Amino acid sequence: MGSPMLFGIAEVGYFVAMMVYIGYFMFKNKSVGITATALAAGAFLSQTAALILRWVESYGMGIGRAPLTNLYESLIFFVWCLMLGYLIIEFKYKNRTFGAFVTPLAGLALGFIDLTGISKEIEPLVPALQSNWLLAHVTMSFIAYAAFALAFATGMLYLVLSTEKRSESSYIFWTVAGSVFFIVLAAMGADYIKFKVIGTSQELIKGFLFKATFRNESGFIALLSFVAAFALMFFVWRYGYVLKRMVQTFNITLDFLEDLNYKVIAVGFPIFTLGGLIFGAIWADQAWGVYWSWDPKETWSLISWLVYAFYLHARFLRGWRGNKIAVLSSIGFITVIFTYLGVNLFLSGLHSYGEA
Amino acid sequence: MADKNIVDKIWKFFTSVKLAVVIIAVIALSSMIGTVIEQDSSPEKNLKLFTKIFGPANAQTVYKSAVALGLTDMYHSWWFTSILICFSANLIICSIDKLPHIKRIVDEPLKPIDAKDFDNYGIKKELSVDGSIEDAKTLVLAAIKKLGMTPNASDNSGPNTIQFYAHKGRRTRYAVYVIHFSIIIILIGAVIGNTLGFSGYLILPEGETSAVAYSRQSEKEHPLGFSIRCDDFSTSFYGLSDMPKDYASWLSVIEDGKTVLKKTIGVNSPLKYKGYTFYQSSYGVVPQKNTRSLIILNVTPKGGKTEQISLGVGESFKIPGTKFSGRLIAFTPALAFDKNERPYSYTENMNNPAVYIELTSEDNDKYSGWLVKRYPQTWDLPDGSKVELVDNWGYQYTGLQVRKDPGVLLVYAGCLFMTIGLYCAFFLSHKKIWVLLQSEKTKVNIKIAAFANKNKTGYEGVINSVFNRLTH
Ligand code: HEM
Repeated sequence: MGSPMLFGIAEVGYFVAMMVYIGYFMFKNKSVGITATALAAGAFLSQTAALILRWVESYGMGIGRAPLTNLYESLIFFVWCLMLGYLIIEFKYKNRTFGAFVTPLAGLALGFIDLTGISKEIEPLVPALQSNWLLAHVTMSFIAYAAFALAFATGMLYLVLSTEKRSESSYIFWTVAGSVFFIVLAAMGADYIKFKVIGTSQELIKGFLFKATFRNESGFIALLSFVAAFALMFFVWRYGYVLKRMVQTFNITLDFLEDLNYKVIAVGFPIFTLGGLIFGAIWADQAWGVYWSWDPKETWSLISWLVYAFYLHARFLRGWRGNKIAVLSSIGFITVIFTYLGVNLFLSGLHSYGEA
Repeated sequence: MADKNIVDKIWKFFTSVKLAVVIIAVIALSSMIGTVIEQDSSPEKNLKLFTKIFGPANAQTVYKSAVALGLTDMYHSWWFTSILICFSANLIICSIDKLPHIKRIVDEPLKPIDAKDFDNYGIKKELSVDGSIEDAKTLVLAAIKKLGMTPNASDNSGPNTIQFYAHKGRRTRYAVYVIHFSIIIILIGAVIGNTLGFSGYLILPEGETSAVAYSRQSEKEHPLGFSIRCDDFSTSFYGLSDMPKDYASWLSVIEDGKTVLKKTIGVNSPLKYKGYTFYQSSYGVVPQKNTRSLIILNVTPKGGKTEQISLGVGESFKIPGTKFSGRLIAFTPALAFDKNERPYSYTENMNNPAVYIELTSEDNDKYSGWLVKRYPQTWDLPDGSKVELVDNWGYQYTGLQVRKDPGVLLVYAGCLFMTIGLYCAFFLSHKKIWVLLQSEKTKVNIKIAAFANKNKTGYEGVINSVFNRLTH
């Protein structure tokens, strides 16, 4: 069995686990919950095996390097860290509710890989990328990203639970952010169906994403997609309290969520500082002779870092508790996603991932 | 005094964490603008961007105002610099303002607490052990040692009671200041690098020497104080592909006519000399023909010994012991054939070097063909001899990035401090514990109160596991 097969199993496993977690969330059936955990754990093991195998395979090809150097590999590693972190939390706190909030993030990353047609080949590295600093930089960045993703999930859950009125800005924030995530996931699903059925082309990300919906050649379908997206957003906004009722049945306290939110950021922030910023700077210094060059990817990493620094300091100000803090941690993760994908999609930069 | 009031006011203004939060947000938001508008790039690129966003009619005006506001080179603009100065002032003044208070907390001696206060602590625990108070003392002392603390005792409350108390990690409260201080160090390092440093480049063909580099900003010559020579340059590829695996330059540093240092540099492994660092950044083929360019061949006549020769294009060589002599007709850095079988160079780079040779025997037999460095099968000639294209010299240049950054050590020191500070701030904490022992007939009741300024649950877990062992 080769690594692509095992990755395939893991991918399907995570998707099914996501649906079962959501099912568990809705019906609270214990055996459904156990199934979800078993699926997630099984998929995780398969992915672990796949990562190791891919590493071994790269040696067989005479390239020999850790599977962490292109967009595909880094997204896979992100999902791995995220699921590891999640499974630890589930085990430690004996609570499966997050599953329904975390697995969609894994699904989003995996879906993104599949339908953007990112190259999955084990590729040789150009000289600038053959560096242990880079390896440490990428590894630690993704561990931190996974921690921030968990903070995002707890932050969103916090907002679902704590908000009451539809006019509240925190309520609007979580319904909009939540539905945007859902819409992106659905739009990528549509891309998946369209391009997998018609056959894939080897185009770049830019040529693929949302082509089945918002960026359809037919203006009508594009318009329809936007209308549907706004309708969905409205729907979530209108009936968000239903979700709140469901979450309420799980007896999670706001204090617990706020504490967990802080804890994962307290793990993610130092790792991101050291791995994401410092190691990245050292690598750039070795490769190019500039430790900081304000290129868009670097700048966006700094922005994410500043958002979390903002979060940490805002906690010291009275009144900055609860909703505001939860919103901040969610914004932090949105900037992380932008750092990682948005910069490649929208802005140009020195970094190699964009040219994958 | 009015003066003092103003100073006080400014001081007070800069002590606020609220200001810090505002400044951090302002830096984050303005940095975003800097990633949308291309920095330091050609006017056309940004004009195109503005045309897209604001329409062709407004693009020029928007561009002009963007330039006036420094938005096209904003990280060096006066206002971004001012924000950073405010940020530093905030950080320094806030730290100076808060430090005495923190110092007081750190230096405060730990005191025993009243028996009734044991219930007021976040972490609390009660248990009882059989035996005398002396037995219990030994157990408890061992338990506190196990927590990594040195206990103090206070037994002024009667013969049957004793209280132990201990703490550790009080200095971790300074960690946050280490982090803040490290940010200042990094900023100072960056300022030193920007003002006293040099950033430039040097294009050096194989075999040439230069005593200057060229500034990136002004393209002006910058004397190095020594000379640098490129002895050789080479690229290696993954298999037969055009994907470069590595490229390297053999450099010599020459001072007063003497070679003082030789080093092979590659990507990720620069040469350092007298504060200057030379990074391998690019390479290419020298545009105009270098008169000293050489082709290096290994010539092996059939059954004979291999001989290495170097010669230029247009020159001739003999294959020793045979009637044949050869002439180099042409050289190409990247040989390919078009659909009419005509040769051409498919890139400017030395991807597939090849030399066209013509062999003539004394009897006027002729043979001609391409020797390709990558393909050994092209080296075998019809008469059984072999001519290998080993290397070419003087055709390529190496592109070096030249930097002098006297601030970089400070930046790295700051990074180190920041790492240590972050570790201490997030993973260590100031922990305190009080244990009250009260003997009652044949058993001793033990009350525990504890406090940690971070990660209370973790500390509680450790206390539980250590003290639960006392009961059996
Ligand atoms: C982006 C730059 C900054 C970073 C990365 C940073 C980092 C930190 C960190 C990690 C903490 C500890 C938070 C925690 O324990 O949860 C902290 C606390 C703090 N920071 Fe900053 N900081 C920055 C800028 C500033 C500035 C400009 C000020 C100026 C007022 C400031 C004032 C404080 C204060 C007062 C505390 C609380 C200290 C305490 O607990 O005694 N910070 N900072």
